[in-house]
Amino acid sequence: MNRPATTTGMRDIDIARTKLTGALAETWTTPSGFWGALATVDHKIIGRRYIFTAFVFLALGGVLAALMRIQLAQPEARLLGPDRYNQIFTMHGANMMFLFAVPVMEAVAVYLVPLMVGTRNIAFPRLNAFSYWIYLAGGMLLWTAFALDMGPDVGWFAYVPLSGPQYGAGKRADIWAQMITFTELSALAVAVELVVTIFKQRAPGMTLDRIPVFVWAMLVTSFLVIMAMPAIMIASTSLILDRLVGTHFYNPAEGGDVLLWQHLFWFFGHPEVYIIFLPAAGMVSTMIEPFARRPAFGYLGLVMALIATGILSFGLWVHHMFVAGLPRLGDSFFTASSMAIAIPAGIQIFCWIATLWDGRPVFKTPLLFIIGFIVTFVIGGLTGVMVASVPFDTQVHDTYFVVAHFHYVLIGGAVFPLLGTIHYWFPKLTGRMMSETLGRWSFWLIFIGFNATFFPMHILGLEGMPRRIYTYQPDLPWHGLNLFISLSAVILIAGFLLFFVNVIRSARSGEVAPDNPWDAPTLEWATTSPPPSYNFAMIPVVGSLHPLWSERDTLPVADGLRTDRRELIVTTLATAEPQARDASPQNSIWPLWAAIATTIMLIWSIFSPWAVVWGSIPVAVALIGWFWPKGTPEDES
Amino acid sequence: MRERIVLDLGKLPLHGLGTASVTWWGTLAFMLIEGTGFALAIAVYLYLMSMATAWPINTQAPDLLPGTLVTLILLASLVPNVLLSRWAEQQDLGKVRIGIVIMSLLGTVPLIVRIFEFPALKVSWDSNAYGSVVWTLLGLHTIHIITDLVDTLVLAALMFTRHGHSPRRFGDVQDNAMYWNFVVATWLPIYGCIYWLARL
Repeated sequence: MNRPATTTGMRDIDIARTKLTGALAETWTTPSGFWGALATVDHKIIGRRYIFTAFVFLALGGVLAALMRIQLAQPEARLLGPDRYNQIFTMHGANMMFLFAVPVMEAVAVYLVPLMVGTRNIAFPRLNAFSYWIYLAGGMLLWTAFALDMGPDVGWFAYVPLSGPQYGAGKRADIWAQMITFTELSALAVAVELVVTIFKQRAPGMTLDRIPVFVWAMLVTSFLVIMAMPAIMIASTSLILDRLVGTHFYNPAEGGDVLLWQHLFWFFGHPEVYIIFLPAAGMVSTMIEPFARRPAFGYLGLVMALIATGILSFGLWVHHMFVAGLPRLGDSFFTASSMAIAIPAGIQIFCWIATLWDGRPVFKTPLLFIIGFIVTFVIGGLTGVMVASVPFDTQVHDTYFVVAHFHYVLIGGAVFPLLGTIHYWFPKLTGRMMSETLGRWSFWLIFIGFNATFFPMHILGLEGMPRRIYTYQPDLPWHGLNLFISLSAVILIAGFLLFFVNVIRSARSGEVAPDNPWDAPTLEWATTSPPPSYNFAMIPVVGSLHPLWSERDTLPVADGLRTDRRELIVTTLATAEPQARDASPQNSIWPLWAAIATTIMLIWSIFSPWAVVWGSIPVAVALIGWFWPKGTPEDES
Repeated sequence: MRERIVLDLGKLPLHGLGTASVTWWGTLAFMLIEGTGFALAIAVYLYLMSMATAWPINTQAPDLLPGTLVTLILLASLVPNVLLSRWAEQQDLGKVRIGIVIMSLLGTVPLIVRIFEFPALKVSWDSNAYGSVVWTLLGLHTIHIITDLVDTLVLAALMFTRHGHSPRRFGDVQDNAMYWNFVVATWLPIYGCIYWLARL
């Protein structure tokens, strides 16, 4: 074979297999110890960290929910006062949306997408490390503030004027706004990494129509993040400016406008729902194949539905503002678009049902969660079509009906598939299987507990119980259902506790997993469980949508990559033809310094605008340290 | 799984340029993020304008001179910028060094004129919503110029070190030049917004 003149280092074909894996491990490894852990850029380590942290925030948010349910179990309860209750429902919403739901979906993608497209690391791995630290800092900011009785108390969408300088005294609303900056920064960074990984680092031969549906879902989601999140960053920044330096964006007395906030927030906030849902839909489309034991029905329809949902999601935001007094024509348009988005959702549901119908289903825990998802999400979707209608929405706006609706969509539509995902990909994450028995128990407890908790909220809403009240009087007809809901929440919590027990027990002493325990068709199952630091000893070459089903004995691979340099393959956008064997950056501590400098600047800027001036200097220094070439083999070209 | 070698990638280059470079795509993605941000900031301007009975609120339209001067400098900077990109493509280190020094200067000059643009707005950020939005637009774009200038300065320093003569660096110079084109392109609608919409 020809050797390029530029190559000096050892290549994979020059050495025997054991030597090859040894050399690759030496090049790609994360050194053990504290310093190694801080400097790693391995997408698998960072992805696991991200997932773990997101689940910690889920548990914390769950504790807040439990506190609210104890408070509301009986009328005139005195466990929580109105001020603490305001902080708790705001923290619950903000935490679940910004610190759990969006990050956990991106976290799963950070771990899985590079494996599923057959590459050795995510694009811009140092940015990936940076994004995790920024996310962690944002979460700690919010929770530390809450512990200091400085938690935001203005609702998760922080409407002005309540959150503005006139009514939102102190720094509570600023904590909310700056937490947004942290989480959006990290989400945007991950979105860029995913887009470039999916566009340019797919294994040779993985043409557009051979991309797994989950990867497609993450591509669409990443574009939604890129197009939607700038809106909330503009919103939160202008809110901080109003509060800190006296601008008047939201002050009607000086030409500002309060509805501007709602437009900006929901221009982000509605796509946000799909930023959470589309990855879940992708997970379902991918997980359903090994359990139905056939390819997912209607690949093209599933992918087109994801793209259509992504586009339509930008035309829905006004349906959150039906009672704000907008022009009637606008309301009608947004009613139509809100109903139209049910079509791509319906296409996907029918494809999943067809897949199961025609398959030979194996009812393991992940499939149970998929079926639970389909049932719950359809109910949430139906109430969604109901609230898309202006007269109906006017009636139930700000009541528990809406609370029921979005918990059906978010928990049913995203958390159920996510829990299935954890059970399904756990062997790839940890090298061990989760317990089926505990998995089934936790599924049934969660499924029954969830429906018993949230279904009655529809009725409470129709009976007129408003959202966000810290208590209610005994003569109102709500206490029976509220007590029932709080008791049902115990079942739901028990299910989640059992899930956590299962995760911890299985990670320690679960059955050791083979490479491909589910006989699944996608590339991540072609490598060991868990994968080595370099993911694949040789880069796979893909010939079909289901590479491990169409080639059952051997895996077609490519050779010719160097082992002394972190090398991966860059391929063309549409047809995935190899273009270059480019370098992937080495471990570096600089992303951590950059994240610390950014954190100091952002928190300081809650208190003084000069923080942006002086605080940006250490950020610039850290970024220069990050990008300055170190003369490693990775810098060769 | 057992492996079967079907493809030899050994002949591929060690680094791709243009669309074969992940950095190029990353730059494009960040341009999309920032472009969306600018579009939304302009949307906020238009929204507030549509709400107001008189625009600009309680003041006159801004002086044209400093803003127009910045516009002309930015447009003129495109010529050396495109040349620099071409020299980087040809991997001509000598010319690239000259070009990047010129671009460092052309990044600094508009910032100096920009100092006079803020008073030319004839309104303070805390006077009213009109003041808030024009200061924000101008401020955002100023941060944009500063960011790219710092990037250009670091890259210029790098081109004079032993790391300079490498296809990877020339690719960085090309990406940086593309980003500067974007900085200029985003200014044009903002310029039209701040200086000409206020005159309608």
